[in-house]
Amino acid sequence: MSKVVVVTSGKGGVGKTTTSASFATGLAMRGHKTAVIDFDVGLRNLDLIMGCERRVVYDFVNVINGEASLKQALIRDKAHDNLFILPASQTRDKDAFTTEGVGKVIDELRESFDYIICDSPAGIEKGAMMALYFADEALIVTNPEVSSVRDSDRILGILGAKSKRAEEGLEPIKEHLVITRYSASRVATGEMLAIEDIQELLGIDLLGVIPESGAVLQASNAGVPVVRDEVSNSGQAYQDLISRFLGEELPMRFLDTEKKGFLKRLFGT
Amino acid sequence: MMSILDYLTRNRKKTASVAKERLQLILSREHATASGPDYLPALQKELLAVVSKYTHIDLDDIKINLEKDGDCEILELNIALPEAENKVA
Repeated sequence: MSKVVVVTSGKGGVGKTTTSASFATGLAMRGHKTAVIDFDVGLRNLDLIMGCERRVVYDFVNVINGEASLKQALIRDKAHDNLFILPASQTRDKDAFTTEGVGKVIDELRESFDYIICDSPAGIEKGAMMALYFADEALIVTNPEVSSVRDSDRILGILGAKSKRAEEGLEPIKEHLVITRYSASRVATGEMLAIEDIQELLGIDLLGVIPESGAVLQASNAGVPVVRDEVSNSGQAYQDLISRFLGEELPMRFLDTEKKGFLKRLFGT
Repeated sequence: MMSILDYLTRNRKKTASVAKERLQLILSREHATASGPDYLPALQKELLAVVSKYTHIDLDDIKINLEKDGDCEILELNIALPEAENKVA
């Protein structure tokens, strides 16, 4: 049975696209046939993070408008042949998104994919509402910072009221908290909200904590999702997150301040 | 005399807990508004119209608060009248 998972946050710049790319790639690495959709009409970026920007021919809006078939628009990932990207349109306006049009595409994807990951744009406009509307589960990407926590809370309210599941009175969307850009050392000095604080404020289950790391920028530079960087803390944290999503019980890692030895201090990690 | 260590850690120590307290307050307030009935803003405006017939007040002078106490909901209305103006009139 296929699952639609929205990656959302309300606030921009917290790591939605990074998380979507790594989450989708990680699921595909474990053998699940996965599609990842960019809902950010006008500000396409998932293609860059996935490293397929030069292979975009048709986009999501073309498919909705019947100008291209889904098969034509889906881009197959170079490294994993069970992973596909549906890019956002760069030029059209978001009025192209109708519940009916998006619903048809999602239904068609459900027929052949295990997981459909919806990368939401920031804000609570049409694109964001459409990205979450059909979701079965949600990853709420949150930074340990006041405006991000508030916006996540707002998005949780919307998931519970404006989604298809909410409107039809079905079982509610399963919500998972993903904390990104976490810095253990700053939490230790009391200058950053701790994980327990964020969890207590938002009241949802914690799926993963991604530590602040230079590896994320390097991954986006290269167009290779950070989950494929097996050496970096962030890559490993995303792998753990995916294992937990698939039902494994794993302890959270990278939550404590690392005691850096002399050599580590000298050469960094 | 304050030591250098105190100086360095002075401002940092409590900002995370300040953040948490501020969030707790604002989120609970926003939840109250979100869960309240839709007619509260309209009620506030109509009350303003009625009171304005007799004296001058601003929309901000009407405070409407809906509180839940177990199963019981309490609608609290608080209308502040301008004192000085009443005397002049």
